Amino acid sequence: MQALPELGQVALVLALLVALLQAALPLAGAQRGNAAWIAVARPAAYVQLLLVAGAFAVLTTAFVAQDFSVRYVAENSNSLLPLVYRYTAVWGAHEGSQLLWALILAGWTAAVARFSRSLPDEVVARVLGVMGLVSIGFLSFLIFTSNPFARLLPAVAEGRDLNPLLQDPGMIAHPPILYLGYVGFVVPFAFAVAALVDGRMDARWLRWTRPWTNIAWGFLTCGIAIGSWWAYYELGWGGWWFWDPVENASFMPWLAGAALLHSQAATEKRGSFRGWTVLLAIAAFSLSLLGTFLVRSGVLTSVHAFAADPARGLFILVFLAIVIGGSLLLYALRAPRFEPGAPFATSSRETLLLANNLLLVCACGMVLLGTLYPLLADALDLGKISVGPPYFGFLFVLLMAPLVLLLPFGPLTKWQRETASRPLAMLAPWLALALVLGAVAYFFAPQGPWKTAAGVAASAWVALGTLRFVWTRVRGSGRAFTAEMLGMVLAHAGIAVFLVGALLVEAQQSQRELAMKPGQTVELGGYAFRFEGVDEARGPNYLSDRGHVQVLRDGEPLVLLHPEKRAYASGGQVMTEAGIHAGPFADVYVALGEPLGAADDPDRAAGAWAVRVHVKPFVRWIWLGAALMALGGFVAATDRRFRRRVAERAGVAGEAA
Amino acid sequence: MNPVRKRRLWMVLALLVAAAAATALVALALQRNVAYLYTPSEVLGGKAGENVSSGQAKFRLGGMVAERSFARAEGSMQASFRVTDGDAELPVVYTGILPDLFRENQAVIATGRMQGGTFVAEQVLAKHDETYVPKEVADKMGLAHQKHGVHTPADTAADAR
Repeated sequence: MQALPELGQVALVLALLVALLQAALPLAGAQRGNAAWIAVARPAAYVQLLLVAGAFAVLTTAFVAQDFSVRYVAENSNSLLPLVYRYTAVWGAHEGSQLLWALILAGWTAAVARFSRSLPDEVVARVLGVMGLVSIGFLSFLIFTSNPFARLLPAVAEGRDLNPLLQDPGMIAHPPILYLGYVGFVVPFAFAVAALVDGRMDARWLRWTRPWTNIAWGFLTCGIAIGSWWAYYELGWGGWWFWDPVENASFMPWLAGAALLHSQAATEKRGSFRGWTVLLAIAAFSLSLLGTFLVRSGVLTSVHAFAADPARGLFILVFLAIVIGGSLLLYALRAPRFEPGAPFATSSRETLLLANNLLLVCACGMVLLGTLYPLLADALDLGKISVGPPYFGFLFVLLMAPLVLLLPFGPLTKWQRETASRPLAMLAPWLALALVLGAVAYFFAPQGPWKTAAGVAASAWVALGTLRFVWTRVRGSGRAFTAEMLGMVLAHAGIAVFLVGALLVEAQQSQRELAMKPGQTVELGGYAFRFEGVDEARGPNYLSDRGHVQVLRDGEPLVLLHPEKRAYASGGQVMTEAGIHAGPFADVYVALGEPLGAADDPDRAAGAWAVRVHVKPFVRWIWLGAALMALGGFVAATDRRFRRRVAERAGVAGEAA
Repeated sequence: MNPVRKRRLWMVLALLVAAAAATALVALALQRNVAYLYTPSEVLGGKAGENVSSGQAKFRLGGMVAERSFARAEGSMQASFRVTDGDAELPVVYTGILPDLFRENQAVIATGRMQGGTFVAEQVLAKHDETYVPKEVADKMGLAHQKHGVHTPADTAADAR
């Protein structure tokens, strides 16, 4: 029993050795045409998964068994910690989350090994080899700088406890799903690097990678949405997006990934933008790496940066330099060899996809600049600065507005050459209808008429334009409605739903912070909130002040909310738990502040409390929209075309939309 | 010039114009939304500049909440406290709910501007857990604390590690 953590360490070291094999032999074998070396790739991938999963299981066991002789466990667990959070505490801080990253990487690698039978062996060998290289970097980072199995001798009797912010159901799901997305971009990345090494990009390999990109992007979308939802109910501020550096870190690969999805489609079907697609694949994965490290290394000051350890900084910098610099160098040397794709006219779907890509990439660059600018300024001794949310908000809206405007045209426009007036004529009535709906919203909005009008018009435009495409396909006889198209329609519909949420909550939300005595009532946004006092409640590892707030709508009781203020037994941290009544058209949200009586008054808790009440119309639509986008990614990935074995060598030109 | 070249030239020109416009916009947006972090002694000593001490510029005030400085008029949402960096103190007022981790003798970053001799905060952020002091605050206050031998959570965090 006591030897177990060392077993995990041994498994990690063995995994590193296997990763070395998995990188070296297949890559060399593919170059020299040595079949025996190439054949090492798949078994090595499976063995690596087994070893990393073993190490992960060992760490989980240490948490469940409360082995406080392991430093990481002692720092992030506590004997009072409920069982379910002992499992999730594994990825509650830096070391464990890096181990989870390595595990997911090994999982994706094994999945590639398993589902790549239709590809030539040298290609698989190169792809798995590149994934092995990434794995080497991560496992060495774990073993040499962030060992989760390091002992704490002598062992302590009691652990320090998991950060209370993370003792929450949202936190169970957020990191693994987000990481599935981050790490999933390793597949298009490995493919891109393999294509660069090989010097040519074959349409069928590209077709094979597309579902992987879709799935990774879908997971990333889910992960970000869960994170946003968690911040909304857990941080007690009622916001769903803060342009916090850590959110930006996950948003940048999302934007690059969204651009990649679209450019991959163009490259696969028309052979256009080969180099650009490769570049985006490199960018999406590099930004995922940057995101992982920015968040967990403590470079950024934020909710997520638990440990600020500059010793890891150098390793991270070198690793990033090798991955990004190496792949870009390879790109500079090899990309000119790619054949140019089929030519296209100014008015064509290629042009629209190019516009989509430029806008998404600009947005990504803008977020990157705003996120790194404070670090840069600090390094250059320009002072300690922070970039405020209005910077991101203003530029993001500016960049996304043309994207939303162009979106419905994309699916209705033909590849290669299109008469510009044709899609315009198809969509003009729907554009008019969307504008009318916006105008109606302007006059009926109780507050924020401009934003409401913009939200309704933009959402209606995207929704109606997408439906127009569906109608064209359904009416056109004999033409199939493929899973790929269905995915696209779902994702675009998700954007319409998201726009309603994001813009209407911005325009229509109302908030008040006030002192409330028991029995006092406050009105807000058509609801009445009656404060009925605070009593004490006991949880497994915390004591809480539990408020009772009766919410009334039109004088009728709607719901009794219980916002809490929890004091955790270990460390004495205080956490807010908001009381939320979720509804399809509005959330009612109450957070408890502090008692306002004199500090020496024994009956302080029975007196007035600071209370924050919010009414958030349509806020659920934000996450519903994100869920639809993710679903779109998953559905598109199931398209049968992606799984077809292609006999001919280059099936580029034959594919029409 | 042949038509292909002409089209390329136009595209390059268009790209240049777009890039210039984008750069200008980004620079403008950055300039307007950047907030500097200063400690009380930098504000009072004039090192932060005229715009900051006169109340024109919004900035972030970083430091520790001074001991026994927190007060709230009974039953009111208006809170007042002093922020110190070991060398100087600045009175702060804030109306609203303070973050969970706000406490005396703990690090705090408040965003707002000067009004008279008082810092009027629009937003107050406290550190996120027991061992964590915002790095930028720790950096700025490090020297002052060594000089005065003031014990900060930054030291404690370092000890714990």
